Amino acid sequence: MNLQQIIDQLNLTVLTEARGFASIAPTGGYSSDLLSCVMAGAKKGFIWITLQAHLNIVAVAALTEVAAIIVTENAQPDPASIAKANEQGVILLSTPLPTYEVNGKLWELGIRN
Amino acid sequence: MPPPTRTPTEQEVHGRHGRHITDQDAHEINRVEELSYDLKIRDVMTAEVQTATPEMPLSKILEILRINRVSGLPVLEDGNLVGILSIEDIVRAMEKNDLSSPTSQYMTHKVVTVASYDSIVKAMSIFTEKSLGRLPVIDENHKLVGMITKGDITRGILVALQKDYKEEEVRRYRASHLFEDIISERTTLVLRYTIKAGDFTQGGKASSHIKRALVRLGADPQIIRRCCIAVYEAEMNLIIHTTNGGILKLEVEPHRITMSTTDNGPGIADIAQVFQPGYSTATEQVREMGFGAGMGLVNMKRCADTIDLNSTVGEGTKLTMRIFIPNQTFGGRRKGPNDEPSTNH
Repeated sequence: MNLQQIIDQLNLTVLTEARGFASIAPTGGYSSDLLSCVMAGAKKGFIWITLQAHLNIVAVAALTEVAAIIVTENAQPDPASIAKANEQGVILLSTPLPTYEVNGKLWELGIRN
Repeated sequence: MPPPTRTPTEQEVHGRHGRHITDQDAHEINRVEELSYDLKIRDVMTAEVQTATPEMPLSKILEILRINRVSGLPVLEDGNLVGILSIEDIVRAMEKNDLSSPTSQYMTHKVVTVASYDSIVKAMSIFTEKSLGRLPVIDENHKLVGMITKGDITRGILVALQKDYKEEEVRRYRASHLFEDIISERTTLVLRYTIKAGDFTQGGKASSHIKRALVRLGADPQIIRRCCIAVYEAEMNLIIHTTNGGILKLEVEPHRITMSTTDNGPGIADIAQVFQPGYSTATEQVREMGFGAGMGLVNMKRCADTIDLNSTVGEGTKLTMRIFIPNQTFGGRRKGPNDEPSTNH
């Protein structure tokens, strides 16, 4: 399951610049809104699901090298966060769904690590 | 205490379709996309091109194509591009046994061109849309300056990628051999960052600079990950909790990495308490941003081999963490015979 398929299946909005989504294969997922937990628990290549939308999620994603962030419940990162994400190569995706539903859908798609 | 390690699953290693997709792959695919905008047509085109004139007989053109091993020629009249003749046109003429005819009779008059200052992505989209194999390249004055083929583009991208790769390799080589090249009784590389209190917009910036430095130095990925988590928590603590910010310092030695922060207040009253998971003094505002989980020092303790926290209320706090590097394996391996970087560029 590559990131492009995930974007299509979950009908996610891509907030950052398009890049080779089809060539990115997320290796697992991690859901939390507490950044310390994400630092400790999210592995390189995971998808991180959170309803946090402020600038600091970009730094955490860059440090943990997660494949992408899915921001849930239509939380809106501001333009500065999106610009920073583009600069750091962090992929920001958004959805109106709550975190729980996103987790369930990703699990169904086979992202089970 | 090192963090618990886990053997990566089959899926993590090979991806869902059995193909090994590394970050490097993803990075390079994106870099190709980037290059198709960065590279200009003049960077990759063939500049010295053979040309034909409208009067030239096709038999002569066939000769030029054969000798130069190309499959098409731009046709010039008084220096102006008036057409293009490809091997397919010659095949048409051959079918009619008509090779003595002039070029003008078989050439394509309406020539699709690209400008030398365009990005190669322009040529790529024309190749796809119009199923063309080669395009004449013109300059600002509409004069022919070269030809471009798909092969030129592929070669141009490969050369650019190779150059990127070599530059990074040389940088990494230099950095990873720092400790071997500089001889002293004790070599220490000190990285120092001033962290401002309350400046959440810069949160994690020092940590990402530290991460890049450690990658360049050739540190083990697991060590880098532990350092990153520890310094990120320390950096955020300076931003969240200090009165006037503080200094984040990283000292790299061949056998260990020392991370420390120093600030001048407010200080911590009960040291034992801050090591309790879930204990936090963060404000509601800070918690809303996802900080203040009360896991910062817990994370640091988990990632560092030693941690030392000293604080006096009203004076300030000094935090020191150390990670020991087994076998002093900076650069990932001991020096071998193949360790010289190639210099032929």
